Amino acid sequence: MSLCVLKNMPQLATETANLKPSRSSGGTRTFLKTVLLIVAIALALACLDPLLSNRELFSPYAFRILMLIGINITLAVSLNLVNGLAGQFSIGHAGFMAVGAYTSAALTYYVMGYPHGGILSTLWILAAMIVGGVAGGIAGFLVGIPSLRLRGDYLAIVTLGFGEIIRIIILNVDAVGGPRGFSGIPYLTSFFWVWSTALGTIALSRNLVTSTHGRALMAIREDEVAAQAFGINTVRYKVAAFVLSSSLAAVAGVLYAHYDTYLNPSSFGFIRSFEVIIMVILGGMGSTSGAVAGAVIVTLLPELLRAAAAVRMLLYSALLIALMLLRPQGIMGHRELSWKQIQSLFLRQRRRAKA
Amino acid sequence: MQELTQQLFNGLIWGGVYALIALGYTMVYGVLRLINFAHGDVYMVGAYLAFFTIAALGSSASSIAGVATVFLTAMAGCAVLGLTIERVAYRPVRNAPRLTALITAIGVSLFLENGGQLLFGPNPRAFPQILTARHVLSLAGVSVSSLQIAIIATVVILLLLLELLVHKTKVGMAMRAVSYNRSVASLMGINTDHIIAFTFALGSALAAVAGILVGLYTGTIEPLMGLLPGLKAFIAAVLGGIGSIPGAMLGGFVLGMAEVLVVAVGYSTYRDAIAFALLVLILLLRPTGLLGTGTVEKV
Repeated sequence: MSLCVLKNMPQLATETANLKPSRSSGGTRTFLKTVLLIVAIALALACLDPLLSNRELFSPYAFRILMLIGINITLAVSLNLVNGLAGQFSIGHAGFMAVGAYTSAALTYYVMGYPHGGILSTLWILAAMIVGGVAGGIAGFLVGIPSLRLRGDYLAIVTLGFGEIIRIIILNVDAVGGPRGFSGIPYLTSFFWVWSTALGTIALSRNLVTSTHGRALMAIREDEVAAQAFGINTVRYKVAAFVLSSSLAAVAGVLYAHYDTYLNPSSFGFIRSFEVIIMVILGGMGSTSGAVAGAVIVTLLPELLRAAAAVRMLLYSALLIALMLLRPQGIMGHRELSWKQIQSLFLRQRRRAKA
Repeated sequence: MQELTQQLFNGLIWGGVYALIALGYTMVYGVLRLINFAHGDVYMVGAYLAFFTIAALGSSASSIAGVATVFLTAMAGCAVLGLTIERVAYRPVRNAPRLTALITAIGVSLFLENGGQLLFGPNPRAFPQILTARHVLSLAGVSVSSLQIAIIATVVILLLLLELLVHKTKVGMAMRAVSYNRSVASLMGINTDHIIAFTFALGSALAAVAGILVGLYTGTIEPLMGLLPGLKAFIAAVLGGIGSIPGAMLGGFVLGMAEVLVVAVGYSTYRDAIAFALLVLILLLRPTGLLGTGTVEKV
């Protein structure tokens, strides 16, 4: 064990060194700064919202891709919490997305009905997101408690199994359409909600990485036995990460349901789960910015390859194999993209230009 | 009661098919500690190879020589496919972290599924009935067709042959040695590369047989036919104790029976869920499977 820990130490050390403890130091000023930043971003998103939703200014096709990218970022970043940060390979993410999508859709369709007026639809989607997120969290808890006792291959196959069980159960509930699909869900999603969820998930994920809890999860990833020996309650941490991840996936599902207004159980099969996994792996497992990059690439790629639609999935799979053989750590590896790096890159170039 | 017996008999056939596929999973897991996700798709390719061989043979396919040709061609084709997959995709990641190998296997599986859809067309095709004799005989009120008997006989014979191969031959001994400890086996002069390749070829050939049997039994084949049976066969392997050959057989039959029981009770729409429920149960109650032996984690 000791050997193993030593072997992984340099890597962990560099990672922790990269994560500047800026958030822990500082007091009210940084807090104020953060609040201001959040307000500014929210305002910017809210201003962009009517511009982008305007069909004359912005094509509906581009708008759709923009929305899907936002939803996929939420999915990929949330899966990265379990697969990348905690190192527990789960392949049932689509199941939790389905839980969020279906429970919230049933709520808005049967209980709340179509909202009348702008402020009401804001309340509606907020309620749907909360209910969907909680439902996803509960599902994640129920699945996580038994399955996270397993490791590696077994965990993967059990999460796959649970994902399928969720899908088959939905298939058998007639109230949500069963195999026919669930149509007539009110359109409530907006650019603002999709992208504030995506950005919120990214912020949450990055803050988690720099926190004690994030370090504990990373320790579990590197060596579970060693982490346990250091007094980390591995089961609790793993389940907590799993619940958080599935809850966020469920929120993505809520947004998807109220954007597409139609749900079909077949779109939540394990092909969907694999797609999210490809995003995470392509970007680099354990890297939040990698997950974002992966989500953007995997969403845009089929659009760019529209001419080659038939071979799209074939290309995906070939890409996945090639990636594993040539660069198993993905585009980013464990590293993160930060403003400082980008700034220093520009500075260096400027300096070079001067010289 | 009679209906139940009939259902159980039908379950026996699916169980046999699961057992045949599960053997491939369990043998590969034994030597490599890798879930070969692509195995279910090798089974699909086997069915298609048989389909095209039958088409090429024309009317002579239903003769004894024709049937033998169909089986042998599909088995040989799948063995080559298995060898290729091992050589191209799995050997380079053999010493990489296990997750890397697992993801590669998922990639290969997706590749075969989508390649199959592209190559063979996404629509199901009718599988020609080369074993035409369909005399129905009655055994204690259970109607049995000659095809069903042929399927069960094939499965049982193959299982027995495999047991003999693994326990009575030199290659089998080498396989057991590799699965026990790969590095020590190679120190004892066993060419582990050859043994692993052989294991893949053998498992893939068995999967091809399963593919043909299912083609004959259900009458249709399609490029995604390997998805669910592949997963279920893996579950069967885990159920019986992964790495154990008798376990794979037992697991296959238990799973087949469990599925028809669910249908018989009236929950036919939950047929596909029972396998996963069984998997979850077995992993929680007895993670080593019914016949598996426990391993102690060393740190």
